[in-house]
Amino acid sequence: MRIPCPHCGARDAQEFSYLGAADLTRPDGPGLSQGAMADHVYLRDNPAGPHRELWYHGAGCQEWLVVARDTRTHEICAVEPARTLRTEDPA
Amino acid sequence: MRYSVFSLLGQALRGHRGWTPAWRDASPKAAYDVIIVGGGGHGLATAHYLASRHGITNVAVVEKGYLGSGNVGRNTTIIRSNYLLPGNTPFYELSMKLWEGLEQDLNYNVMVSQRGVLNLYHSDAQRDAYARRGNAMRLAGVDSELLDRDQVRAMVPMFDYDNARFPIRGGLLQRRGGTARHDAVAWGYARAADQRGVDLIQNCEVTGLVREGGLIVGVETTRGTIRAGKVALAVAGNSSRLAAMAGLRLPIESHVLQAFVSEGVKPLIDGVVTFGAGHFYVSQSDKGGLVFGGDIDGYNSYAQRGNLPVIEDVLESGMALWPGLGRLRLLRHWGGIMDMSMDGSPIIDHTPLGGLYLNSGWCYGGFKATPASGYCFAHLIATDTPHPVAAAYRLDRFATGHLIDEKGVGAQPNLH
Repeated sequence: MRIPCPHCGARDAQEFSYLGAADLTRPDGPGLSQGAMADHVYLRDNPAGPHRELWYHGAGCQEWLVVARDTRTHEICAVEPARTLRTEDPA
Repeated sequence: MRYSVFSLLGQALRGHRGWTPAWRDASPKAAYDVIIVGGGGHGLATAHYLASRHGITNVAVVEKGYLGSGNVGRNTTIIRSNYLLPGNTPFYELSMKLWEGLEQDLNYNVMVSQRGVLNLYHSDAQRDAYARRGNAMRLAGVDSELLDRDQVRAMVPMFDYDNARFPIRGGLLQRRGGTARHDAVAWGYARAADQRGVDLIQNCEVTGLVREGGLIVGVETTRGTIRAGKVALAVAGNSSRLAAMAGLRLPIESHVLQAFVSEGVKPLIDGVVTFGAGHFYVSQSDKGGLVFGGDIDGYNSYAQRGNLPVIEDVLESGMALWPGLGRLRLLRHWGGIMDMSMDGSPIIDHTPLGGLYLNSGWCYGGFKATPASGYCFAHLIATDTPHPVAAAYRLDRFATGHLIDEKGVGAQPNLH
């Protein structure tokens, strides 16, 4: 499996580390419940099909990437730097 | 037909033309008391114990492919009960005891071979950790022996004992561990369940769950709707997909694990040996091939095939342990889809929906657990109370903090 890194080009999957699902949002705010936090930490969609997931290119650009990959075929449809996910400025 | 030396002799005299199929190829009825989804080791074992221990025989096992087409035929056939944590040890020891009597129980040769499982240690710290695990096992009534380097060398002389980075210092041995013939386990359970009237329905994929209010009352399949008093899921890597049909999310990721077999050679290694400085385990099959494996690939997958980096990694570990392996050729390798749970331990529990039971999260330790998994799952389904040795395998333990994390790596399934 090769991952087309937006910075380094197509590189062997061996250069990357896998974290897991990309679109988990950590619950926050005054209404935060223990159950919501447990769901966030432990529950996953785990789909058979397209899956957006986080990979770290440790042996390359050292960027976190969001890879859209089909878990049934390992085909990679899209890769983008994870920093583009951040829609609002934390400041 | 009961198998015995007399039936074998009788058939031999008649040219083996009188053998009957080991089980019926059943068609689905309209309704059952219990439907078990998944015709693998755990599902078939559940059916057998429901019928034989609880007298519940109006049962169907529905399987999308053929019986035993999943992980029960894709593993490295190792059986052992060398666990540390109190939530695990009694469960796996029950499994080992069931293995020890399984052939008589099933009237089927599953080729249980208690040739020993040896975990090698390579440092003082690792010896201490293994000693602790061995002591925990003995406290729970499980056999274990801590061996020094010379004792290990007498058992398996061909390893690289003076490897510069990972010298072998000794090992933790469970003599009652060993291997079993994986396909025969599925076939034996299938035949025993079928003989008690369980319908084994193959080529019948579940496409949905029939829900009435908060209750699950049947399954939609490619061979029509089948209603049931209780629906039990034992579908390994597909657990999340089935749970999604009921609107549930599980603490599980599906990952691919590869395994390997070499060309057949004369007897080289007697028991099962694991390398402690990397992830590698090896045994020799009765046909002579060395059967070995290592880590999962580490990313979500339903593909039943892996990638080359892990193959290289496994073989590097193998070569570090046993340089002579390099003279062998790899004959086959394959992949199976593991239901990796968030703490590395399984789930045998009710679900939040009435009538739906879950058996999942076996990671890559499902094969050795097959008898106890079926036994405890059948107990749960029949009595609606967890079996005492499986009481810790709750689905809600992730929310309540009662995790059973043997490796202590946290909620990161690809590290378990």
